[in-house]
Amino acid sequence: MPEFLEVRNLKKHFKTKRGTVHAVDDVSFSIGRGGTLGIVGESGCGKSTLGRVLVHLEDSTSGRFFLDGEDVTILSRGQLRKFREQAQIIFQDPYSSLNPRYTVEDTIQEPLHLSRRYNKRQMDEKTAQLMDLAGIAARLRLAYPHELDGGRRQRVVIARALALDPAFVVCDEPVSALDVSIQAQILNLLMDLQQEKNLTYMFITHDLSVVRHISDDICVMYLGQLVEKCPAKELFAAPVHPYTRALLSAVPSANIHARRERAVLRGEIVSPIDPKPGCRFAARCPQASEVCKGPQKLELVAPGHVAACVKAQAQKTGAY
Amino acid sequence: MSQDTFLSVRGLTVEYVTKYETVQAVNGVCLDLSKGQTLGLVGETGAGKTTIARAVTRILQSPPAAVRGGEIFLDGVDLLKLPEREMCHMRGNRISMIFQDPMTALNPVMCVGNQIAEVIRKHDHVSAAAARQQAEMSLELVGIPAQRYGEYPHQFSGGMKQRVVIAAALACGPDLLLADEPTTALDVTIQAQMLDMMHRLHDLKETSTVIITHDMGVVAEMCDYVAVIYAGEIVEYGALEDVFDHAAHPYTVGLFAAIPSMWEDVARLTPIPGQPPDPTALPVGCKFSPRCAYMDGECGARPVEMKTVGPGHTCRCLR
Repeated sequence: MPEFLEVRNLKKHFKTKRGTVHAVDDVSFSIGRGGTLGIVGESGCGKSTLGRVLVHLEDSTSGRFFLDGEDVTILSRGQLRKFREQAQIIFQDPYSSLNPRYTVEDTIQEPLHLSRRYNKRQMDEKTAQLMDLAGIAARLRLAYPHELDGGRRQRVVIARALALDPAFVVCDEPVSALDVSIQAQILNLLMDLQQEKNLTYMFITHDLSVVRHISDDICVMYLGQLVEKCPAKELFAAPVHPYTRALLSAVPSANIHARRERAVLRGEIVSPIDPKPGCRFAARCPQASEVCKGPQKLELVAPGHVAACVKAQAQKTGAY
Repeated sequence: MSQDTFLSVRGLTVEYVTKYETVQAVNGVCLDLSKGQTLGLVGETGAGKTTIARAVTRILQSPPAAVRGGEIFLDGVDLLKLPEREMCHMRGNRISMIFQDPMTALNPVMCVGNQIAEVIRKHDHVSAAAARQQAEMSLELVGIPAQRYGEYPHQFSGGMKQRVVIAAALACGPDLLLADEPTTALDVTIQAQMLDMMHRLHDLKETSTVIITHDMGVVAEMCDYVAVIYAGEIVEYGALEDVFDHAAHPYTVGLFAAIPSMWEDVARLTPIPGQPPDPTALPVGCKFSPRCAYMDGECGARPVEMKTVGPGHTCRCLR
């Protein structure tokens, strides 16, 4: 019995003049119903592409994924319509993801319209409910996006995403463009909605403190590959992959009493075009050696904790 | 103003005036910075942080911006009274600024080395060859091989471009560096490299630095002093330890509470209720009072003055 969302060996490659970009490369994971999986990584690691593939904004190159037991990669056009009601996405930038010529009401009603299931009166009712749910004041019903600030716009985007009662929502950096005080409001809203509607989230972000707060499990991605996956707290308490460790130590901490020695990484993320076999992080890894040139696979290092490092077991016991 | 104060901003007031409305961006800001110290200006979008930095370098676009009052002393000289010619000599030479977005701060059709050499030639009246040599040294200093002198911005990654921007800003050995969100556009591992580098350069050159950011982590790592700014006013000012450990203003407290922690479990975040005030119609009294849990009749009545809450630690709150 597959989990609510099950991803198996998913690949998304883009052909360019300079070669093939391996944006998502052989990624497998699952999310249980009502759970939140956090995806972290730096820009260009493929986390947004993964999100777009999972709501079928992009076709996958190979691999399969199942939502509620149904193979999404083989759905017909008609079936995809149904799927899209089930799977929604919230984008990072609430400024560019709203139509500037649509009022709040128009925006929220668009999916209701497209579903062809509601008459005018029902749509108005539903819109009022959704606005209330997302915490948008009723007086803003006829406001245009330019009249709203970032936090309110993101609430409109959330209301629109939830209009057709989806079961699975990809949140692609939903709070990155917001100030911290507003960010906390939106995170609370997302968590309340999840409780109320038993939503399943895939939460993409580069902000490690946000991802720890909201996720049950976290995947760390590097250059299209999944390098570590484990329960949220364990990632912070006992990271195994050298990249995860470097990422954690790179975050400047607001705690002025816990000064940590930082493991600053050398170099920058290498090109995702036609990557060589072997560990993609090896070029920057402080512990890289000959064995890292061979293929890496995810290994179980603890219950529910996998990492793609040949030295994973040794890392775990602290031999390095 | 104490003896060793190097930069002193007194009662700076800046408005943006358009045909329809007047935005009160900065409202009577006072700041002091000693030689070699680092001050963090923290606040949310629209608080006026960038406007302050641009007022100090006098690069505000006017109109719409209008400096309504105040004085900015750098080493005893009031920058606001300097003729533009002399101000030109200050910029890039004694005062430098690093902008948030390295992608737009560099000239795309000029090789990076020449962009640094340009600053040196403008201020130091040296030969082209000597300027080139100095520019190469600046590049090496920020960790870019001098061989890349002739390359163009598009050939560099974001982190490398920001290094070029920093190299250009530091090329003439400025006394004052204004860094406006220098790492916000960068990934965390690159940010860590950049912060380390800025630390090193700061130790090397003892430049007085103002870092503008909304990231409390960056402040904690980089700054000696912190000024928290809200709706164009400084609401709390003090040494890093005082502000982080004994935050006095309800807004500062709220900011800390709203950040999810990487090391502790919090079931639910405590956001600051409401939204920042409309800068075209600011409240008369405490500008934070409409969102404040401790608000009472007094707060909204008249402007609130800065009050000393500890040695060198001030706060704009009646409580």
